[in-house]
Amino acid sequence: MPTLFGTPVRRREDARLIRGEGLYTDDVRLPDMVYAAFVRSTHPSARIRVDASAARALPGVLAVFTADDVAGRVGDVPTAWLVPDSGLRTPPRPVLARDVVRYVGEPIAMVVARTRALAADAASAVNVAYEPLPHVTDARAALAPGAPQVHAGVPGNVLFTWHAGDREATDRAFAEAEVEVSLSIRNQRLVPAAMEPRTAVAAPTPEGGLTLWTTSQNPHIARFVLSGMLSLSEQRLRVVAPDVGGGFGSKIPVYPDEAMVAHAARVLGVPVKWTETRSEAFVATIHGRDQVQDVAMCGRRDGTITGIRVRATANMGAYLSLAAPGVPTILFGLIVPGAYRIGAVDVEVVGVATHTTPTDAYRGAGRPEATFLVERLVDTFARRIGMDAAEVRRRNFVPASAFPYATPTGLVYDSGDYAAAMDRALEAVGYEAMRRRQEDLRREGRYLGIGLSTYVEVCGLGPSKVAGAVGFQGGLWESATVRVHPSGKVAVIIGASPHGQGEETTFAQIVADALGAPFEDVEVVHGDTAATPMGWGTYGSRTTPVGGGAVSLAARRVADKARRLAAHLLEAAEEDVVVTDGRYHVAGAPARSLSFADVALQAHLAWRLPDGMEPGLEASAFYDPENFVFPFGCHACVVEVDRNTGEVRILRYVAVDDCGRIINPMIVDGQVHGGVAQGLGQALWEGAVYDESGQLVTASFLDYALPRARLMPHIETLHTETPSPHNPLGVKGVGETGTIAATPAVVNAVVDALAPLGVEHVDMPMTPERLWRILSRAQGRAPEEVRA
Amino acid sequence: MIAEAFDYERADSLEAALAALARRPGAKVLAGGHSLLPLLKLRLAQVPLLVDIDGVGELGGVRVEDGDLVVGALARHRDVADSEAVRRGWTALAQAASHVGDPQVRSRGTVGGNLAHGDPASDLPTAVLLFDGVLTVASGAGLRQVSARDFWLGPFATALGEGEILTAVRMAPLGDRAASAYRKFPHPASGYAVVSVAAAVRLDGEGRVAEARVAVGGATYVPFRAAAAEAAMVGVRPDPPACREAVADLFAGQEPAGDMYASADYRAHIARLYAADALAAAGAAAAAG
Amino acid sequence: MQYRVLMRVNGRPVERETEPRTLLVHLLRDELGLTGTHVGCDTSQCGACTVLMDGRAVKSCTVLAVQADGHEIVTVEGLADSVDAALRYGGLHPLQEAFARAHGLQCGFCTPGVLMAGADLLSRNPDPSEADVREALEGNLCRCTGYENIVAAVRLAAELLRERQQAGAGRPAAHAAGGGD
Repeated sequence: MPTLFGTPVRRREDARLIRGEGLYTDDVRLPDMVYAAFVRSTHPSARIRVDASAARALPGVLAVFTADDVAGRVGDVPTAWLVPDSGLRTPPRPVLARDVVRYVGEPIAMVVARTRALAADAASAVNVAYEPLPHVTDARAALAPGAPQVHAGVPGNVLFTWHAGDREATDRAFAEAEVEVSLSIRNQRLVPAAMEPRTAVAAPTPEGGLTLWTTSQNPHIARFVLSGMLSLSEQRLRVVAPDVGGGFGSKIPVYPDEAMVAHAARVLGVPVKWTETRSEAFVATIHGRDQVQDVAMCGRRDGTITGIRVRATANMGAYLSLAAPGVPTILFGLIVPGAYRIGAVDVEVVGVATHTTPTDAYRGAGRPEATFLVERLVDTFARRIGMDAAEVRRRNFVPASAFPYATPTGLVYDSGDYAAAMDRALEAVGYEAMRRRQEDLRREGRYLGIGLSTYVEVCGLGPSKVAGAVGFQGGLWESATVRVHPSGKVAVIIGASPHGQGEETTFAQIVADALGAPFEDVEVVHGDTAATPMGWGTYGSRTTPVGGGAVSLAARRVADKARRLAAHLLEAAEEDVVVTDGRYHVAGAPARSLSFADVALQAHLAWRLPDGMEPGLEASAFYDPENFVFPFGCHACVVEVDRNTGEVRILRYVAVDDCGRIINPMIVDGQVHGGVAQGLGQALWEGAVYDESGQLVTASFLDYALPRARLMPHIETLHTETPSPHNPLGVKGVGETGTIAATPAVVNAVVDALAPLGVEHVDMPMTPERLWRILSRAQGRAPEEVRA
Repeated sequence: MIAEAFDYERADSLEAALAALARRPGAKVLAGGHSLLPLLKLRLAQVPLLVDIDGVGELGGVRVEDGDLVVGALARHRDVADSEAVRRGWTALAQAASHVGDPQVRSRGTVGGNLAHGDPASDLPTAVLLFDGVLTVASGAGLRQVSARDFWLGPFATALGEGEILTAVRMAPLGDRAASAYRKFPHPASGYAVVSVAAAVRLDGEGRVAEARVAVGGATYVPFRAAAAEAAMVGVRPDPPACREAVADLFAGQEPAGDMYASADYRAHIARLYAADALAAAGAAAAAG
Repeated sequence: MQYRVLMRVNGRPVERETEPRTLLVHLLRDELGLTGTHVGCDTSQCGACTVLMDGRAVKSCTVLAVQADGHEIVTVEGLADSVDAALRYGGLHPLQEAFARAHGLQCGFCTPGVLMAGADLLSRNPDPSEADVREALEGNLCRCTGYENIVAAVRLAAELLRERQQAGAGRPAAHAAGGGD
């Protein structure tokens, strides 16, 4: 029987991190190490001429690399999600800009010098002559006739056009509907802003290879891609992702920068370190979201939703980052129906090139954009027909009896009880009482709002056959080796690469349970391609459902062998042997028993093995899930909008999440908290803004508002537990649910608060001024009059 | 990021600091460094020489002298915010100091550095203007006094000349039956004031306003004293409705400025709300004695 | 131009020649190998670089190494030793213990700075309210936790510290201000 599964075991990771003894990439210090810095474009679109002579002449400067120096030696940065049937164009992305720059922040040259400071000096001394060209940063503007062209090979700036669902059936549903609502939504551009900036240290090895420490969510993918870019065989390239200070998607892609650091180390024959500055990160690391959508929903007055139509324009930035094409298509369009049984769905997405930093996966990646629109539409629909928003949801949920449920977009939802999660949230927030309170306050001229978000998410990215079908240029399985040492200590060696999600702990829980080994004796190893089996990495809330599947299978194989051996040593039948309190014994006869360590030792001594049993105690598993997993839940948010200032005060935030079986409730709640913070960030504070001149004007933490302790509300976390039948542990991912659910919950609450004023939608971020203007207009006063 | 290289000299007296500044054109004073170092690090400014005055003991301290509050240029925001004397007699200044940046910045940042930086969205100038602070400026030619109304000339522009050092700011007490309050609407990212308002009220024997002061920061390029609002308060009981009425003309003769985060309209609106609130709070505190 | 600095770091004297433009955080990380103090931004916003300077939390990315000359610095590596052994939990400062118990960290990158800011808070306020803690963390950004468990952890640490102090153990957590010119 499991004993650790489901318990809030303290995190294994913390011992080093709270002492300052973690090893992040910038903590790697090597003899003779030198430092790199990049020269980046200050123009959104320009022809360039680079003169590096002054920089090369500075003392302490070892090299300056420009496009000419790397031509033919470092390959272009690839795009690896080739979404089919979309007319996808993948414009070439050189590691250093050649002749033309296409966004502010694009790398033009890299300098290498003896110290950080000298590298910064040398970067300042590289002279770049810019001849400005026309630019366009807004996706809709980039589609207009005559718009500046970002790439010669991308006519009209259209990178792809993608469809999902059934257009004709949806047109019919709308034609026959009693009610139709529509919204124009801007899902604004966000900056992932992991607290650790990207960093790379490359060191040549005596064999002519390289070791690269880098801030990656997926070191095996980094090695796969970089070995190609650098024409370096994989066995010569070791990629290490040591402690990684958050990623949220921004550390999935391979960027030009790491490839250049690796190249420099090979050319110079010494270790080279590059540490992104935060100013650099704002323009050089991917952004997320940035969609403009025209969306509509139709149905009947009895509350039945019959159709949903989405026309979205996705701003992909100047180049297609590694996984970018899949984000506003596969990860977005297929989940548009959300938690609802909607018969007709029609989604069209146009991916557009602009002179901006490339966008790619940011926590949730496509699913927040889908959930936001459907949750906003459901509320709008409810208001139009005069029905409570919770009631409309209840009437349209995929019922608990309908699983597995096939959506009109081709997904098969695994399991769920959406109404149960919503009921839990409504109860926790005191929905009925809160509605009465809202009425009372409205009479006083105060604006209280209650917002719901009943989401379903597709995550646990896998299986591989689906990856192939949707053009993802990789597999989506995971791997694990459970290696028992002679003393009984256990190494769990995984291909995925957690960086804050706590799998060093949760995977140890799983393995300790499976083997009957003490938790303290189980150690999880990850993040080093030389030490771990191939795996596809940590993103898309997949490490626990997919990686955990591999761990579980490998652990079971080891446990089976241990039990067989124990039975042999105890001279008992295998089926009679049980494990109690970490000891193997015959059921009902605990007096004669073996510890797991005893069994491990015997497996390695191999003196008395059963016939045919191999020595040693180790097993590996490659686990390819049979389907995605579909976490779901209901977040409820209560706000008051200050009628005088437009400020939003969050009075309650209740998160009910169902991520299947819970291995460690403490860690699960932590994931929800962080996710909710990022969701609230989008709703209330965050937004990347380009000005008329193509500059990112929210390019520091002074301008781009991350959630702060003072701004965040207390988050109440609750759970329902509906196991997934799609993996051995019954788990679902929980890394992104909070982000997906929170944004619409807050916006729905604010719109609900302002509904008496006729407000149907509010753009994000919902700044105090934006709401104040809405309040002023709705109250029949021009903002100017409000002044008086 | 890393600043361009500069020379560094540590002064152990005001004279030595002034002499070092005089020797090197473009040299700048370094105190806490919390205004200057961020600019240098981003290479938005370059200096040939930094003259570190942190060890000049005579520039430190928060003290009451002949009834006046004297804050040395090297006093840390935290020391001002925590000072019992300041909290009691110059409440708005203590509150403003407690709003500067964050706790780490307040540990290290200095009053002199903050005032000399001349950031219109900073907290302290608004409070110093409220108290009619007199700033002492030292140069090779000796000391001169500059009133707060004449000190800030524009965004990041002050009356400090090349080679001069701000040494202290002196503020007279408000008197009996008087109190002050500070209100701030912070930018969600930077924490700087979108709008800040400092207000003070002195009551007569009948609980009516004998004197009112209102200083507004963040909303204009230079913090200002709202003369019309101050005048409108005189003779009224400082309850919230009266205060709201008095600030109707808060921006008389002033042009509120907007930016990406908040427009001029919105700032003006918030400034009125906060001014009324600060006046009412000061009035209530004055009445409570 | 090189400048000689002498300071105490985690209780030990340190002497180094440094360029005036070298930041304290770079001296700590690159010269002294104290890599627990992190750099998360370049505008003095994120607080990952927070250390104690003469007992007060400061951002070591906004202090020149030469400005620390003659001062006492405590980094996360010295946090546990900055309180009496009797106040520690398994060799940990009560804040460190509380962060592990309350799951106050995920990726851990902001954690050292948050711990140091927390240490300064607890030295001034032995029983901070939730609002006190949230205000005291104004200078620290975290992207992982939503601050929920950080706030809980700081308050738990205050409780742990009070427990030990009421049991009569050791001097208060406030790190004795040392150094000075």
